[in-house]
Parts: sequence; C-alpha cells; structure tokens
Amino acid sequence: MRGCALSYEFDFSFLNDYMPELWHGIWLTLGMTIVSIVPGFALGTSCAIGRLYGPPWVQRIVTIYVEGIRNTPLIIQVFWLFFGLAVLQVRVGPFPAAVIALVINVGAYTAEIMRAGFLSIPKGQLEAAACLALKPSQSLWSVQIPQAVERVYPALVSQFVLMMLATSIMSQISAEELTGVAYMIQSFTFRGFEVYLVIAVIYFVMACLLRLTLLGVAQVSFPRRRRLGTPL
Amino acid sequence: MNIAATTPRATEIQSMTRSDTPLVRFHGVRKSFGELEVLKGIDLEVASGEVVALIGRSGSGKSTALRCVNGLERINAGELTVCGRALHGGKVDLRDLRQDVGIVFQSYNLFPHLTVEQNVTLAPRKVHKIGAAEARDLAEQVLAQVGLSEKAKNYPEQLSGGQQQRVAIARSLAMRPKLILFDEVTSALDPELTGEVLRVIAKLAAEGMTMMLVTHEMAFARSVADQVVFMHQGRIWESGKGDMLDDPQTPELRQFVGNGL
Repeated sequence: MRGCALSYEFDFSFLNDYMPELWHGIWLTLGMTIVSIVPGFALGTSCAIGRLYGPPWVQRIVTIYVEGIRNTPLIIQVFWLFFGLAVLQVRVGPFPAAVIALVINVGAYTAEIMRAGFLSIPKGQLEAAACLALKPSQSLWSVQIPQAVERVYPALVSQFVLMMLATSIMSQISAEELTGVAYMIQSFTFRGFEVYLVIAVIYFVMACLLRLTLLGVAQVSFPRRRRLGTPL
Repeated sequence: MNIAATTPRATEIQSMTRSDTPLVRFHGVRKSFGELEVLKGIDLEVASGEVVALIGRSGSGKSTALRCVNGLERINAGELTVCGRALHGGKVDLRDLRQDVGIVFQSYNLFPHLTVEQNVTLAPRKVHKIGAAEARDLAEQVLAQVGLSEKAKNYPEQLSGGQQQRVAIARSLAMRPKLILFDEVTSALDPELTGEVLRVIAKLAAEGMTMMLVTHEMAFARSVADQVVFMHQGRIWESGKGDMLDDPQTPELRQFVGNGL
C-alpha cells in the first residue's frame, strides 16, 4: 500500500486544460455571493426590526421564516425553490434561483445576528433618541442600525463567508459554480485529489479576500473605528 | 391644537396673563408601577425662568415625577400640564412636547458612534430640518455655552465624564427647549467633575433657562434653585426657597439633610 502511495504521480495539467472553466466557476461563485450580500443583509435587518418592534402578526411571520430556514438544510431550500417555481410555471434560470435561495437563507441568519445587535444597545440610547423628538424611523436609521451593525459586524462577516462556501451546492441546480466545475474536471481527468486540492486553495483565497473586503468596508462605514481603532 | 381649551380649566388658564402661566403644573398627580404607587398626589408649579430642585431619598418618587414631565412616564391620575399641553387623558403628541422639553440623564446617553458635533446636531437636523451650515453654527454656539468648543470633532469615549455630561447638556440646548430636565446628572461623577457640570447648569440658570433638577447636591440646590422640593414616600413633604434646608420643618427633612452633611 505504501509503495502504491509513493508511486502516485501528481498531475496538475488540468489547470492548463480547464483554465477557462475554472475562471467561469470562480466568477459564478463570487457573483452569486456578492449579489446576495446586500439584499440578504437588508432582508435580515428588516426581519430583525420586524421581530423586535413589529406588530404581533409580523413577529409571528418573521419567527416562522427564521426558524424554518435555520432548521432545514440549504440544499433542500434550493431544490424546493427551484423545482417549486417550475411547478408554478415560473421560469427562473439557475443563477437567479441560486441568488434568491441564498438571500432567503442568509436573511434568516442575519435576522438573528442583527436582533442580537439591536438588543445589545443600551435602553438609554433609545430613550435619548426619543427624548430628542426623533421619530422611531429616525432613531432606527441614525442611532440603532449603525450601532447594531458595528456591534455584530464580525458575526456578519463570518455569516457572509459561510454563505460563499455554501454556494458549493448550487451545481445541484445546474448553476456551474466552482465546485460544479471541479466535479466536471475530475470526471474527465480522474484527478480528483489534485482537482479538489486546488479547489480548496481557491476557496480559501476567495474567503480571505471576502473577509478583507468586508473589513475594508467597515473601515469606510465606521469612522469612529477608523479614527480610534475601536475594536469591532 | 389648543389642548388647554378643551380642559375644564380653560377659563382659569386663559384668564391668567401669559407670563403668569406656569410652564409646568402638577395637580394631584398620581403614578403607579403595578401595585406600587410612587406618586401619591403631587401639586407643583414651575414658572418660566424658574429653577426647581427635587430632592429626597432614593425611591421617594422624584425621578418619576421628573420623567412624567416629558412623557417618559405616563401619569395615572390627576392633571399635568407642560408648556401648554395636557399630559393627562387622551393622546399626547410626545414628539411635539419633547421639542420644548429637553432632558439630561445620569448616564449621559451620548451616541457613541457620532462625534460631539454630530451628537449635538442630530436632532436639530432631523427634527427641525436645519441645513449643514446652520448645524455647524448651532454646534459651535451650544458647545461654547458649555465650554467645549474645541471638542467638536472628538468622539464621546475620548472625553471625561464631566465633559460628556456637558455635551449632553449642549445636545439638549441645541433643540432650543423651553424647559430642561436634569435627572441626577452628577451622580456618576467625582467631586471635581461634578463641579464643572454644576457650574454649567448654574450659568444656564443665570441666563434664565427654566429647569427642573433631581439632585443630591444639597449645596447646589440651596444656592441655585428658586424652589426646593423635598419628596418623601411619593409626596411633596416640604418645599420652599433654598434656605428651607437650613431650617427643616419636618423630622424627615431634618434627618435627610443631617445625613447628607
């Protein structure tokens, strides 16, 4: 057995032969991630606000949505959406379907993270805003959302990185992202070990880049952090 | 809408000349938290330009009385009129009321993500819709009033407690209120910082600002307040000019003042 392992010769020639496919996979993975972040964040924040401050029926709906999503596998949600829409005669391509599924999925997790952020703001802040005659919406925009985001930013970054890694199942609905491309290459070359090694490195690099980018966004969005180096 | 005109006391209020109308008028005000009645019938009037100090033990109801004035607490019975608005019965437009009534808290409650200047101008910009240039002038003016012009671009965490509290006072002043409430604003500060905050409040008093203060600073109450109100067990036990502290009429106030010295 040992002799066998040692005699294995690595072959990375697929890197040359399948470069366009690999790039295509990378762009698709990055694309569906980046397109999903902003709407996912907006959906999650709205849901957090609804669950905290909305009327009882809104709170109930948001709770059902959040718990439903957080307690079922992403791939089932994706299938359900993709094939469910087909049953309803709604024709949606794999990429939009993947994005919709990601937004719905990450929105539920973001809702819980942001809810924790809102709850961590001292009551005195809300009292001060109300006593300055700010409307509830003005208090939300100017006082609560900025502070909540700042407090939970690292958790949000982790969630979005996780979401990017989770896109690796999207080839199941024929959105040929990076993992889908890897599967295709290894089925042609039978070089599964090398292919998945390379793919893992690519994911790793993309995750680091996404993290760095989101931390850069924080530097721009939180002037206090930029000025004082306040830890996130 | 003139709320006063719809109350039974309309004729009484209208018969008075404007300057005689108290800015704040408590009449038999009661307030309970569940089973616990914390205000058991308060009668109190605050005239325009007057400084009223509420003193008393913890739990005597003084902070609750203060918080009723800007609608942070809703009264259960009696009548409370603030800046011409009835806060008893019916719906009260709190945002409208709070444009006239500022409040400064014990814990400052500055917005930590905003600079001093942004803290001070947030409400005038959002509520009074003033422009950026006007906001800058306003910030300069009110920060000068509390002696912190040079801190406009700093964040609250870069300031001492006393400076933060002065910014909170400036933030209140920026709304041009008719009345400012001070809720134990020096309780979290050491004696030196307490002094710098009290000097700012005394200056505002001298400039004619109407103020209600809940305070434990007896010397300050005696020297600055036009009216000192000693509360005990949810009632006004004794009230009068500052010198009443030198000659308590009730054993409770005698004991309270005695313990404080």
